Amino acid sequence: MSDAAVGAAAQGAGARSILTPFNLVTGLILAGGAVILGLRFTQGLAATTNLTHTYPWGLWIGFDVMSGVALAAGGFVTSSAVYLFGMKEYKPIVRPALLTGFLGYFLVVLGLLADLGRPWRLPYPFIKQAGPTSPLFEVALCVALYLTVLFIESTPAAFEWLGWKKLRKLVGSLTIGLTVLGLILSTMHQSTLGAMYMVTPTKLHALWYSSHIPVHFFVSAVAAGIAMVIVEGMFSHRAFHHQVQISTEHFERINFGLAKAGAVALAVYFAVKVVGLAIEDEWALLATGWGAWFLVELLGFVLLPGLMFAVAYRERRLGLARAAAVITALGIMLNRFNITFVAFNWNLPPAERYLPSWMEIWVTVAFITFAVVAFRWIASRMPIMYEHPEWRGQH
Amino acid sequence: MSVSRRGFIGGAIGAALGAGAADAGTVKQFPGHPGRYGLLHDTTLCVGCRSCEAACARVNELPLPPGPLDDAEVFAARRRTTDTALTVVNRYVEAPVDGPPVYRKLQCMHCNEPCCATVCPVHAFEKTPEGPVLYDPEVCMGCRYCIMACPYNALAYEYDKVLTPRVMRCTMCYPRIKDGLVPGCAEACPMGAITFGEREQLIAVARERIRKFPDRYVDHIYGEHEFGGTSWLVLSGTPFEELDLLPGVTHEPLPAIGTSYLGVVPLVITIYPGLLLGMYAFSKRQQAVAKEEQERAVGAALAQAGEDAQKKLATAAERAAKDKERAVEAAVKKALAEHQQGGGS
Repeated sequence: MSDAAVGAAAQGAGARSILTPFNLVTGLILAGGAVILGLRFTQGLAATTNLTHTYPWGLWIGFDVMSGVALAAGGFVTSSAVYLFGMKEYKPIVRPALLTGFLGYFLVVLGLLADLGRPWRLPYPFIKQAGPTSPLFEVALCVALYLTVLFIESTPAAFEWLGWKKLRKLVGSLTIGLTVLGLILSTMHQSTLGAMYMVTPTKLHALWYSSHIPVHFFVSAVAAGIAMVIVEGMFSHRAFHHQVQISTEHFERINFGLAKAGAVALAVYFAVKVVGLAIEDEWALLATGWGAWFLVELLGFVLLPGLMFAVAYRERRLGLARAAAVITALGIMLNRFNITFVAFNWNLPPAERYLPSWMEIWVTVAFITFAVVAFRWIASRMPIMYEHPEWRGQH
Repeated sequence: MSVSRRGFIGGAIGAALGAGAADAGTVKQFPGHPGRYGLLHDTTLCVGCRSCEAACARVNELPLPPGPLDDAEVFAARRRTTDTALTVVNRYVEAPVDGPPVYRKLQCMHCNEPCCATVCPVHAFEKTPEGPVLYDPEVCMGCRYCIMACPYNALAYEYDKVLTPRVMRCTMCYPRIKDGLVPGCAEACPMGAITFGEREQLIAVARERIRKFPDRYVDHIYGEHEFGGTSWLVLSGTPFEELDLLPGVTHEPLPAIGTSYLGVVPLVITIYPGLLLGMYAFSKRQQAVAKEEQERAVGAALAQAGEDAQKKLATAAERAAKDKERAVEAAVKKALAEHQQGGGS
């Protein structure tokens, strides 16, 4: 897999020299990741990860799966806004958002394959023996289906590029159905990822544990998805400037609209979290050390970017909106890390706590790099950042 | 494992029917399989000899605990079960003023309603009618959600195995029970601190001990009700939190707390399509109405513009006609004048 990615990175440079700084760095990261994954599949999880019997889930679940799914929510958020709710001025960002979403979910599956003890049994819940009482079964089913939906939703760009008009037309006619399906599946698995922690009331710190945790996960995923669309635009708008058809004014208007949506999403998330504190009467816990850490997350990574988004929208400050988006995305990661391993087993002595190994971190960075390289490769070939002249204004 | 080989559809339908049965639990209650076995660990009798650890290793063909069993050094740290030690004994209270140190044996508690079984996406765990919770490594993908979910931290994973890693935990010596034997640890215990028997009877035995020696025991059988109850029961002379057993936990089974949210899923599936397509219809209609209004406005504007233009045209034509008339008149006048001048000369 990673060799193919290196190949893709090399090809991405096109006719220019292969030895660009971008290619050298990404090549190094990907090659290192491939070596570590090779080690993982020949020496086992013990040789590569810091996972223990007490911490069966680490960075690969906490980032690749838990954060990855949330950060890839931009696809369903933008496609629903444009196709279902008629917010057509956002059409130019749907394709990059769907591609980001597809690559994000692809990354989730890669992370899962690295983490599973016997990854070749990944389809077992569907072909061998189902465990339908498990939240993870639902997540697996939804992610498998949604990855398929995202793949189909991303094919129009490929079909236009290849000139396969009949297929392109067929997929175009499925747009509304796929968008509805995508929103259903996203609502379900984004929230159920949180629901997976409802079985751990004795292990997850009370400030993060909540009977509303599925709602926390879903609302925060919407905020994360919006933030990631802004972050992705921040890089791709510059990198693919020559392709972009919309005016700078239109692009900025889209960003301010997203900032407004981000402010609302974060305000809702903040409210839901505060209501959670009230319902479970956990105010006293805020005075503890864990409470301070919780407040860092809630005030610094939810309330603050929310206010920044609001100000950015009001005063038309693109830089501020982008800063808020970056903080929001980091905040979601922080939340998922807190839930997966920081505030998980919080009552264990420090010596038994989990910290990811450098190899786990390297593999995660390599997966992100792979996604970036793939995005670059696809967007520099297919009509992602612009509308294909023959298909302008169509689904 | 009789019902474990259902296909996906069968499994899903079975689960749906099962959920229906659970919902009917408001009127019906399944108190567990009658006559199922359990084990009672009386920590007031345990001397920390770790014979159970050795017996467990022998029965499960795992490496024996390193070092001599009476090596007191092991108690310096609190240990937990691992993939090679399915049970461990910890010293929890060093030397109370009025008695010997307190030890507790850790292992899978074999819950009445095991959380590991509920959260397993391939249904690799099963509560047997005899009491033990069994694990099937042949279907396990190694997601380790069971280890995550276990409130007793009793499950371990073979992280060092590349191709065949398994979840490792006490099996309550299911094969031995099937053969009419007593579990290895209970057989090996020289102090009689571990009693094997029918769970109901063990609870009666424990109650009787508490009644007879109220000064010796805390008046509580840990595992009778905690998270729906466990097959392993613990008696103690010191508060249970000192033995790392959370006191006062809910009597509701953990799976019931943990998976209640899944009830929302069918609602999402059934409500969303109609709701979303309704919203789509709203937005489409809004656009259609807006378009219609725009067209009407444009049409009216065009009509108005047309009228204005026609008026202008008419006035222009009128003016042109007048201009023409005037020009003709002027030309006629000019010709007449020229004629008169010509005639006069």
